[in-house]
Amino acid sequence: MSTEVNQIEELANKDYQYGFVSNVEADSLPVGLNEDIIRLISEKKEEPEFMLEWRLKAYRQWLKMKEPSWANIHYDPIDYQKISYYSAPKKKAKLNSLNEVDPELLKTYEKLGISLEEQKRLSGVAVDAVFDSVSVATTFKETLSELGIIFCSMSEAIREHPDLIQQYLGSVVPYTDNYFAALNSAVFSDGSFAYIPKGVRCPMELSTYFRINAANTGQFERTLLIADEGAYVSYLEGCTAPMRDENQLHAAVVELVALDNAQIKYSTVQNWYPGDKNGKGGIYNFVTKRGACRGVNSKISWTQVETGSAITWKYPSCILQGDNSIGEFYSVAMTNNYQQADTGTKMIHIGKNTKSTIISKGISAGKSNNSYRGQVKILKNAENARNFSQCDSLLIGDKCGAHTFPYLEIHNSSAKMEHEATTSKIGEDQIFYLNQRGISTEDAIGLIVNGYCKEVFKELPMEFAVEAQKLLSVSLEGSVG
Amino acid sequence: MLEVKNLHASINGKEILKGINLLIEAGETHAIMGPNGSGKSTLASVLAGREGYEVIKGEVIYNGKNLLELSPEDRAREGIFLAFQYPVEIPGVSNTNLLKTALNSIRKYRGEEELDAMEFLTMIKSKMKLVEMDQSLLSRSVNEGFSGGEKKRNEIFQMAVLEPKLAILDETDSGLDIDALRIVANGVTKLKSKDRATIVVTHYQRLLEYIVPDFVHVLYNGKIVKSGGRELALELESKGYDWLKNQKELIEN
Repeated sequence: MSTEVNQIEELANKDYQYGFVSNVEADSLPVGLNEDIIRLISEKKEEPEFMLEWRLKAYRQWLKMKEPSWANIHYDPIDYQKISYYSAPKKKAKLNSLNEVDPELLKTYEKLGISLEEQKRLSGVAVDAVFDSVSVATTFKETLSELGIIFCSMSEAIREHPDLIQQYLGSVVPYTDNYFAALNSAVFSDGSFAYIPKGVRCPMELSTYFRINAANTGQFERTLLIADEGAYVSYLEGCTAPMRDENQLHAAVVELVALDNAQIKYSTVQNWYPGDKNGKGGIYNFVTKRGACRGVNSKISWTQVETGSAITWKYPSCILQGDNSIGEFYSVAMTNNYQQADTGTKMIHIGKNTKSTIISKGISAGKSNNSYRGQVKILKNAENARNFSQCDSLLIGDKCGAHTFPYLEIHNSSAKMEHEATTSKIGEDQIFYLNQRGISTEDAIGLIVNGYCKEVFKELPMEFAVEAQKLLSVSLEGSVG
Repeated sequence: MLEVKNLHASINGKEILKGINLLIEAGETHAIMGPNGSGKSTLASVLAGREGYEVIKGEVIYNGKNLLELSPEDRAREGIFLAFQYPVEIPGVSNTNLLKTALNSIRKYRGEEELDAMEFLTMIKSKMKLVEMDQSLLSRSVNEGFSGGEKKRNEIFQMAVLEPKLAILDETDSGLDIDALRIVANGVTKLKSKDRATIVVTHYQRLLEYIVPDFVHVLYNGKIVKSGGRELALELESKGYDWLKNQKELIEN
């Protein structure tokens, strides 16, 4: 395959497409973490007292905890005192329209192909854009507010809707949950908040674009979505990040709450800077994502396409508490070069007749390491629980690794469990077959990989699916050798 | 159209083709017969550009171009089509998607406009009739879960869509029952044209009852030891390959 290798290696040497830094003036705190810093963050964000207290409790909890080491990932110790915990683009006054937004910022969005204006005009998607840590603009708010839907930045929600925050924040992922969740709870900078009232079907896909920008600034996003009884919402999260030499820490927390008969569909395309082809740089992504199906007949679906980050530690999970509730997890995790991913899901069946589906597609290329870690737990009172798990691994080349760690814990004998797992390689015979039909090697690999991921892509909203396919092709460049 | 001159090729250091000479003109159908291990499939693979085969000596001129210098995909785009002996399964990729990608890659190479979805669908539907193919196979993943007969039919269907100048059928009859064989062979026959040449690689002469060749070449131990018309295939059938072996020994001694 020597000609193919050369051709592919040439492509691999292309730089990260989204690696640029914009020169927006940032207002950052000095590096380091202590109670004063937390007080400062809370003060800067004009938070009510209860929030500061919660952050401080989380911080004190974090001090007592140890960084987890069970995941199949390896990295140099993180010095949490060398990180700046707050960075906000400086703003002159409150912004009412895009005209008031820093033109540098708008240019950055344009480079990313997500200009807010275009978003507004063409796609009908309301965008709550997070640039570094502070929400800069929120669109379609009025349309949404007519239906009683609240969609805003987390900071705003804390100020404007303290009752909802007090009721739900930390109710799915308490700050005691894990090391990174505790850290996030203490220092989270911003994020998105949505509340869909009873019986309302959100008429558009809610969407946030994240972007890590200021150097040495860890990004601590906090997202909370609540679907009240009979409500429906589809939420899109997509990310790119500029190139950096030093590793950047990202520890987000996402909490979803679905009450009776409510449905939440949460889709992510994650493309943070994975480091260069020698493994230098790249984002460390330690995320806690969890959804609670609190009500009867409620449903939460996670769909994720993960191609970025140097390290991914992420297990979007569902707690199936309400009877007849449904949890779904559809995932494509692709690693190339020296990327490491340890990702999967947890499905905790508590209610009766609860169902969960797990479709995980791992793709490993280069010298990367890709692990699926999934837990299905059927509690004692979960009569007639059902789970279907399918975990497939695709290897490209012979220097990468794929691992599957399924954990099953069943305390009710009426449970029905199905588990399928496969590992395969892209065959030279498949590539030759497609070559012989006039298709280039690059396109052939794209076809094969997209075919492999089809079951997950079909769960994504249309425009996101197209983006995901493109992203996968870009990430695959340089992967055959 | 195709001229093979003194072609020597090896795989894993073992010489399989030991001096092949072949001249094929547009509109002609050539059958290449020979016992197992004689080098029939190797010849097909070398012409299509499969990895792992090393050309030691000789040349192949295809429509004035040095074929051996072209990548496999460029050979395909120049009009060479190989119907595989063992068609490959590609999970999750529909037949339609493969054909559309293939056809548009070829058209782009030739500087032609890509077909839009409607034009493409109309075209493939007409081609399906040629091989009596069920429409449901279009949306199924390429060759996945296909029966042996469906796989071979699918190859001929792809050939009909891509309209090659030189089609190489590698043991297309293997694993087919008599009905499937007839359907596949009829498809190939319908695709005959004065601009298209066909090489039929086969072990048995029964396929040649349906696809009538203009020339028959017998490959033995990496060399074409005998060429002739249609009647050579019948002679082979009645006398068996041992007959050739004796002939070859006679020649060599």
